[in-house]
Amino acid sequence: MIQLTEEQNMIRDMVKKIAKDKIAPRSAQIDETDEFPMDYVKVYKENQLFKMVLPERFGGINANTTTLCLIVEELARAYASAPQMLVTTGAVLQILLKAATDAQQERFFKRLEEGTQICSFALTEPNFGSDAGSLQTKAVVDGDHYIVNGSKAFITSGEAAELHLVFVRTGGERAKGISVIMIDKDTQGFRVGKKEHKMGFNGTGTVELIFEDARVPKDNLVGEENKGWNLLTDIANMMRAWGAGCTALGNAQGALDYVVDYAKQRFQFGKPIASFQAIQFMLADMAILLESARSLIYRTAYAMDTDGESFNDIETLVCMSKAYAADVGMKVTTDAVQIMGGYGYTKEYPVERRMRDAKSVQIYDGSNQIQRVVIARNMLR
Amino acid sequence: MNHFTEEQRMIQQMVRKLAKEKITPRAAEIDETDEFPWDIVRMFGEHGLLNLVLPEEYGGVNANNTTLCIVIEELSKVSAACALTVFTTQALTNVLVRGGSDEQKKKFFAKFASGDKICAFVLTEPNAGSDAGSIQTKAILDGDNYIFNGNKVFITTGEVADFYLVFALTQPEKRAKGMSAFIVEKGTPGFSFGKKENKMGLRGSPTVELIFEDARVPKENILGKEGQGWKMLTEYGNLMRTWGAASTSLGIAEGALDYATEYAKQRMQFGKSIASFQAIQFMLADMAILTEASRSLIYRASSMIDSGTEQQSKIELMVSMAKCFTTDAAMKVTTDAVQILGAYGYTKDYPVERMMRDAKGVQIFDGTNQIQRVIISRNLIGKI
Repeated sequence: MIQLTEEQNMIRDMVKKIAKDKIAPRSAQIDETDEFPMDYVKVYKENQLFKMVLPERFGGINANTTTLCLIVEELARAYASAPQMLVTTGAVLQILLKAATDAQQERFFKRLEEGTQICSFALTEPNFGSDAGSLQTKAVVDGDHYIVNGSKAFITSGEAAELHLVFVRTGGERAKGISVIMIDKDTQGFRVGKKEHKMGFNGTGTVELIFEDARVPKDNLVGEENKGWNLLTDIANMMRAWGAGCTALGNAQGALDYVVDYAKQRFQFGKPIASFQAIQFMLADMAILLESARSLIYRTAYAMDTDGESFNDIETLVCMSKAYAADVGMKVTTDAVQIMGGYGYTKEYPVERRMRDAKSVQIYDGSNQIQRVVIARNMLR
Repeated sequence: MNHFTEEQRMIQQMVRKLAKEKITPRAAEIDETDEFPWDIVRMFGEHGLLNLVLPEEYGGVNANNTTLCIVIEELSKVSAACALTVFTTQALTNVLVRGGSDEQKKKFFAKFASGDKICAFVLTEPNAGSDAGSIQTKAILDGDNYIFNGNKVFITTGEVADFYLVFALTQPEKRAKGMSAFIVEKGTPGFSFGKKENKMGLRGSPTVELIFEDARVPKENILGKEGQGWKMLTEYGNLMRTWGAASTSLGIAEGALDYATEYAKQRMQFGKSIASFQAIQFMLADMAILTEASRSLIYRASSMIDSGTEQQSKIELMVSMAKCFTTDAAMKVTTDAVQILGAYGYTKDYPVERMMRDAKGVQIFDGTNQIQRVIISRNLIGKI
């Protein structure tokens, strides 16, 4: 079912090489300093990775979900934080492609060329995480502009984005009063607030966005007013398969790769620890979990690319992919630290970072609990 | 699965309908009495389910690995025991199709053409379970025959089967390297049946002992050459775990999940259906995740087998993972299904306790899950 095309194999090889040469060598340092990795930005720009979801006329490669999965998985295999700026940008560009007018597309895509090319996806607020439908950042019409007031929290790539796709309240309560507007980083009344000091997933520029009478042209409304929630559920939520799902998968695969080698080198009782069945079975279970997660994700991607299943079935598969891969990622990275013992617990080795990074995927992009709420709702419909 | 062919979808629909109409009403009784369901097996024969891998001229559909997965999954949703007869029959015919000579295919296909023949796969011995390379049953050439001596145990569909794919040593001093595969027909002088096991689950699928006492098997019944038995087993036989044990488990898990989901919608407690409580919703969601992950793994592995685009070692790894993961998943899903149905689930008035007992069997047969992990870690670690 998953026969990769020639092009997909080439892209994967290219990304693998980037991951090995440019991403992996810097990972420990970025984790340590929590700097936003501008060197990664440079590499991604050179290789057109920010634009991967765009059609060729905008300099992209029209990447389908399977291609996005391959890219994110390979980068996360080197470092979980590395693909996050591509994920947030890809999600925003996908929404623009499907819902923005031709004129808006021209304008925004051109604007991105002037800077980092990064977009952020701004939904979460301090008081509205899982309950995103109740968000309160307000946008009120004033002539040709919206006046935006409120704040967004935990916004990945927010620190370095040129454009922010922001969910705002333009109408009544809950999901029916929500709109999507694009806000330029240079907008008056907008500023980047506190940068979160996190357990892991460092270098992703996770910040607060603050809007104080920010004036945004009305022409920056994407789609129809008060129909923003549909853009979230119909388009954006689907990115969980290739965003969070493949981040968890790649990160854990990187941990497994590392400990398989370690277990062959590490001697105890006069033998490599890989010769003990207790270790062999831990490694086997880690590999089984990863292949089951990979199978689920790529089946989901195939279903999305071929449009061969109902919206509900695809939504269920996406939620399953996200929640399952994230839980598997946590288990596999935790066991990787265990196999390496005291060494694994130190920052000399990369597995403790992978375990810290894995934790975040269980939480972001819709907590695993919210995924289960959606799965159960679709099952019991 | 949206990569299925039109023919595979049709077969899926047909088997689903047969399972629902003919097997569901009998499943509890088959489990209770542990009697071989001849009525169901005759029905399988009439619908070509015992000949799936054979060419069309012999009543088959040239079924590939994925088609076999589909059939076993659908049957196992309703009764794993009934699916096992299709499984062991295809296990023999599948090895014959892949590893038999043209003359052997012609000879045995003709015998199978009636559509009602049952087959069994015969490897395990009292002292050689996981360590299958240590079997001791001997097959020594004597003129035009091999003379068989030894005992086989836990043989699924034994005694009722017409044909047996038997692994035995033609050169005992070479151990596994002296192993060969044979087709042995029921009624062969010196070939008899011993004890029938009284099992916890998978009841209605007879599990019996086979006894060979100077049994004479024609020498043309050897598959491949002498000493190729282990190769037949690992190259052809082991792949059946995807559509055998793995798809059986997937079906069991789906059957239990479907039942528990419907039950949760109907069952009222605290004035509401229990499906409205998040505690139950999350159990159902987790069961569904495990079931869909199982399905994804099985059909991805199966697609690799059918397309022939992956290396043998990668396929071996995927097959072992599929067997191990799906059977463990089915054990968890069925155990939780019993939990959701509470005391009702624990009774024989409901099918989920049977599914839980059946699930345990699949963790053990067709290579224990521990042996699968040995294979997986060997592939993962390589030479140390």
